[in-house]
Amino acid sequence: MIQFTKYRKIYFGLSGGLIIASIIALLIFGLKPGIDFTGGSILEIEYIEERISNEEISGMLSELGLTSVSIQQTGEKGIIIRMKDIDEEMHQQILAVLIQETILDEETGTLNINTGLAEEVRFESIGPVIGQELKDKTKIVVIVALLSMIIYIALAFRRVQRPLRSWQYGIASVLALFHDILIPLGIFAILGRFYGIEISIPVITALLAVLGYSINNTVVVFDRIRENLLSRGDTFQETVDISLNQTLSRQINTSLTTLFVAGAIFFLGGETLKYFALALILGICTGTYSSIFLAGPILVTWLNWRHKG
Amino acid sequence: MRKNIYLIFIGIIVLTFLAGNLSYPKYLNQGIDFVNARFNIRVPHFWDIPFRLGLDLQGGTHLLYEADLSSIEAGDYSSAMQGLRDIIERRVNFFGVTEPIVQTQEASGKHRLVVELAGIKEPAEAIKMIGQTPFLEFREQRAEEETQIILDKQKELEGMTYEEAQKVENWQLALEDPYFKSTSLTGKYLKRADLTFNQQTGAPLISLQFNDEGADLFEQLTSQNVGKILAIFIDGIPISTPVVQEAISGGKAQISGDFAVEEAKELVRNLNAGALPVPIKLISQQTVGPTLGAVSLQKSLMAGLFGFLAVIIFLIIFYRFPGFLASLVLIIYVALILSLFKLIPITLTLAGIGGFILSIGMAVDANILIFSRMREELKGQKSFAVALEEGFRRSWPSIRDGNLTTLIVALILFGLGTSFIKGFALTLSIGILVSMFSAIFITRTLLRLFVNTRLEKYNWLWK
Repeated sequence: MIQFTKYRKIYFGLSGGLIIASIIALLIFGLKPGIDFTGGSILEIEYIEERISNEEISGMLSELGLTSVSIQQTGEKGIIIRMKDIDEEMHQQILAVLIQETILDEETGTLNINTGLAEEVRFESIGPVIGQELKDKTKIVVIVALLSMIIYIALAFRRVQRPLRSWQYGIASVLALFHDILIPLGIFAILGRFYGIEISIPVITALLAVLGYSINNTVVVFDRIRENLLSRGDTFQETVDISLNQTLSRQINTSLTTLFVAGAIFFLGGETLKYFALALILGICTGTYSSIFLAGPILVTWLNWRHKG
Repeated sequence: MRKNIYLIFIGIIVLTFLAGNLSYPKYLNQGIDFVNARFNIRVPHFWDIPFRLGLDLQGGTHLLYEADLSSIEAGDYSSAMQGLRDIIERRVNFFGVTEPIVQTQEASGKHRLVVELAGIKEPAEAIKMIGQTPFLEFREQRAEEETQIILDKQKELEGMTYEEAQKVENWQLALEDPYFKSTSLTGKYLKRADLTFNQQTGAPLISLQFNDEGADLFEQLTSQNVGKILAIFIDGIPISTPVVQEAISGGKAQISGDFAVEEAKELVRNLNAGALPVPIKLISQQTVGPTLGAVSLQKSLMAGLFGFLAVIIFLIIFYRFPGFLASLVLIIYVALILSLFKLIPITLTLAGIGGFILSIGMAVDANILIFSRMREELKGQKSFAVALEEGFRRSWPSIRDGNLTTLIVALILFGLGTSFIKGFALTLSIGILVSMFSAIFITRTLLRLFVNTRLEKYNWLWK
């Protein structure tokens, strides 16, 4: 049997360090919000033959009056342009300059326009109002989700009164939950700073799904502790250790199967789902870690404090 | 008891057959064709319902318009939006898109219109045509004093910045048209428009026919404005400013603007297709080209397939025979889900497929919980039958609680209302519900088949 609770100070230290690092990253770098939240436009085009250089594009766009533009190459012939939100007219003008070229026919001396230089892959333009609305909505959803998880845990454990109270199980799982969400967020803050990865709606969705998943993992452990408390006569610390050992293979196996599918989405699923899958992977890892090394040991520490006090 | 299990087992086989062929009827229908040709009979084909793909998977455009309802009374908002919706729907039907979506939406007091055109080839053309729909309006002349007040105000604010101007009393007045004011007669009341020609000059004319309500309004307006100008505005621009000679009943009017024949033709076409009852503005759009859609679909299916295979291999290596059974259940699960997607029907988006793939990984969780428990019970020297039932009984609270938390989060996500999140939450919720059914019902029945058989004795199969 592995004595998980024995080395709990090490786990607390490790997680605490990671949480502090994440908070620092969040405070210094902040999260880079995607255009879903800020409003803005993304235009992706794919050139048929050779793509135009970034400098040339930025020159063409500044002639149209677009200054703060970010141009990024993608794949072999693709280009992604991010800018402020533009109207349909501007959109068509941009397409016109990027996709057309004028060729002087030397023999006849006429100008021909070739409109088939590139294909528009996608275009998104989101007004700032919509972005702000989405931001507000997201905040509400995150709060409602967190609250409902706390209420759920409190209800699920309302009959467990010894040696800890049901709300203490609730607090322990919420602590684990913050750990599971903060660390991926910290990583996204770093990725946002150094690789320009944005917090988009898919990333938020994945993190909220992690919320449910992480609670799920903790519930499985706590359920086992509850069951063992009723049937066995061991000390609380022993009960926690036994429960963790009994649920260990399930925790690892379920995480593995979910990681397999999330990994498949990350590597094979294409651009849109890539960071959705990354958020899932990070969340699943932290969630599994916390359900084994944090949630149970926190309960043990809490009980010991009370005994000392 | 034993008989019941066999009956349920047969039921499961039938369900699997139906679900499997509903998800992918190609082979069955080929088989039916073969049999029909061979024996010269006519067995009908199995249902072939296509999956419904979202914009991001087949290409298309999602447009969000905001309606300006400032000219409408608060009580009439919903009917105005309904009218707007109907007209835009009619316009959109010209584009030859299968199942275009036009929906009204109210968000924090703002009235919006969602237009989704899946599989459209030329989204720019569509946007232009929707946007071009003229907003027809009749305006009457202002009283001279009013004109003077507005002109004065405009003079007063001249040269100020926007912020400075806002500090002046009644600054909004300066934004008004000094010469004309809106009336309630708009394109809403238009029955039809025709192109005619002035018999003397040959210049194009647009003749308008109002519906009964519009005819009454027109009569009222013309009788109030005899000797004055009743201007015809299209999209806020005066097209024609005729002087009313006498009250006109019967609801007929003519626009004799300064336009070319081609222009007039287009105007007539657009007016007939539907003059908008209220002006609209495009505030957000998402367009996905058909190539990206196809690539996304292919990539997400690949991801799903490989994820699925990895899970099955893992289950069999780690849980051996029960793992094999769980894999069978997982295949049935996938067939059931795909059938539900077709039957409900659910529009599959990239997010939806993401949710579905994730649910494959999560669906095995219930099985894993049960098998882990069974293993423990078997190690405790319990008989196979007892271990099986105990395994199910004891793992149930965890399965229930665990799935419930994910389900609660999925429902909350659904409330957020963004299409990406909705698609994800919907398929994930369906996945959770079906996975609970398949683990508790199908896995259990399959395992019960082995109670008191020779296979039960081979411990290495189960541990």
